Amino acid sequence: MSNATLSAKRPSSLKGATLPKWFSWAVAAGSIALGLGISTAAGLGSNIQWALIAALLFVLGSYGISARVEGRRQAKDRVATSLIWVAFLLAVIPLASLIYATVKRGVKVLDGYFLSHSMGVIADTEPGGGIYHAILGTLEQVGIATVISVPIGVLTAIYLVEYGRGKLAKAITFFVDVMTGIPSIVAGLFILSLWIIILGMGYSGFAGSMALSILMLPVVVRSTEEMLKLVPNELREASLALGVPKWRTILKVVLPTSIGGITTGVMLAIARITGETAPLLLVVWVTNFINANPFKDPQASLPVYIYLQFANSGGQGPAYDRAWAAALVLIAFIMILNLVARGIARWKAPKTGR
Amino acid sequence: MAKRIDVSGLNAYYGSFLAVEDISMTIQPRSVTAFIGPSGCGKSTFLRTLNRMHEVTPGGRVEGKVLLDDENLYGAGIDPVAVRREVGMVFQRPNPFPTMSVYDNVAAGLRLNGSYKKSELDDVVEKSLKGANLWNEVKDRLNKPGSGLSGGQQQRLCIARAIAVEPNVLLMDEPCSALDPISTLAIEDLIGELKERFTIVIVTHNMQQAARVSDRTAFFNLAAVGQPGKLIEIDDTERIFSNPSVQATEDYISGRFG
Repeated sequence: MSNATLSAKRPSSLKGATLPKWFSWAVAAGSIALGLGISTAAGLGSNIQWALIAALLFVLGSYGISARVEGRRQAKDRVATSLIWVAFLLAVIPLASLIYATVKRGVKVLDGYFLSHSMGVIADTEPGGGIYHAILGTLEQVGIATVISVPIGVLTAIYLVEYGRGKLAKAITFFVDVMTGIPSIVAGLFILSLWIIILGMGYSGFAGSMALSILMLPVVVRSTEEMLKLVPNELREASLALGVPKWRTILKVVLPTSIGGITTGVMLAIARITGETAPLLLVVWVTNFINANPFKDPQASLPVYIYLQFANSGGQGPAYDRAWAAALVLIAFIMILNLVARGIARWKAPKTGR
Repeated sequence: MAKRIDVSGLNAYYGSFLAVEDISMTIQPRSVTAFIGPSGCGKSTFLRTLNRMHEVTPGGRVEGKVLLDDENLYGAGIDPVAVRREVGMVFQRPNPFPTMSVYDNVAAGLRLNGSYKKSELDDVVEKSLKGANLWNEVKDRLNKPGSGLSGGQQQRLCIARAIAVEPNVLLMDEPCSALDPISTLAIEDLIGELKERFTIVIVTHNMQQAARVSDRTAFFNLAAVGQPGKLIEIDDTERIFSNPSVQATEDYISGRFG
């Protein structure tokens, strides 16, 4: 009975009133116009203020109109959607503006000469010079750090996932977690006191590599561990049931299945340590000359170069431009690493195609 | 090359939990033995004790004896890896190695155990795929990924992979439960052919399947959840399905439980 009356009232209960697709855009345009109008009328100068007013108007406006036309459930859906969009924009705006600022200021002095010359005979106040010595230093220091920490990290993760049971595994997991939280300056101080003060070694790129590998190790262990856990147990059992020893199973089945993810993790770890400044300042120091030997004497590196050029520039002039150009190179380097990581992950991912 | 299995007084544990209690049975060579029984009664656990895969599970341990032609698999100095080369296994869900091609999947057992010549491998791969009734379907795409095959083909690929290492015994843990009736039929036919060469033990929830493919059937049951599973009886399949000697078996087979 109730069914009959219901269907008489509402011919189709599956089809409600819907607002047209341009509705959201129209409300957005309206609220921006209104926000600008209000802030002009009230004499507010800041960009943030009118944007906040507009955002508030947009959320309230779309909720109000939608609730009236479409019903409360759709209205809530619209509010949730717009909140997610606001969150997304808030996350993207700093990133986009950072890249914009770096590119805009960085391209001024960025050219082949800049990439292929050192600061050898150039004073900080003079134009010219380049970052060849810093690129060389960063590549060597990060490369050695990677060579140190990737084997240790991957083997630790294999131990934790494939063999580790009981107290030792728990202790290792705990210390890896603690290492993740070590501030980079502390890693630098550790190497400074151990390598340079106690053992009496001099400043060198290798000392920096050791400090960087302390920072890199927990990231490699963690990401590799997660990737190895993703390998289905059935594959391990299938291999063991063929009479393959455990170590060969790990080497030939588990690692190839997860190599894409492990590579991505390693690349992200490299990207993380490439930008480290503090430990390098403590244990590698800096030089304006090309030093290709990472085991002896101070070396330059991109982050330290950026820091010192900026610190000596007073906010303008050639050194200031060089700092931005070096920052652009650093960002580009990390971005290329990320793209390479993605490429490798895609290339090595288990194939499902026919 | 098929071998006889003699089990006596076998208990299987997960940590301190006794999952399977006091099992003794004889599994004849060149025959198919089916294990039936309700879920959780320890069929799969028992099956995994026959090639020492049970101890791969954390906390898994076994007491008792499993004789493979008079050699105790749980004796001192026995290498579980060597046992698993003698006693192969096919799992419930098809699990080809996702990074490997069809060819590499079949060759995996040999290749991972040592070096073989390419021509030898070619022969083994062809023979095993033919043995698993899969050769005609995949001979043109041996270098395509194994995970690109259909579910039934993947399962036959796993059987080919298992028989490529020439085991004496083949254990199958519900090999058809993830497959459609046509693929199931293909695998059942295959089991009929394989029993000429191997001792086959199959766990199944499908009573008709047990009746169709097996020579001997073992019925497992457990008193209650949390109690260990036990072997109720093992007998010729015909007898189990027509005139079992234990009432519980008849109740289970005819659908009246408890």
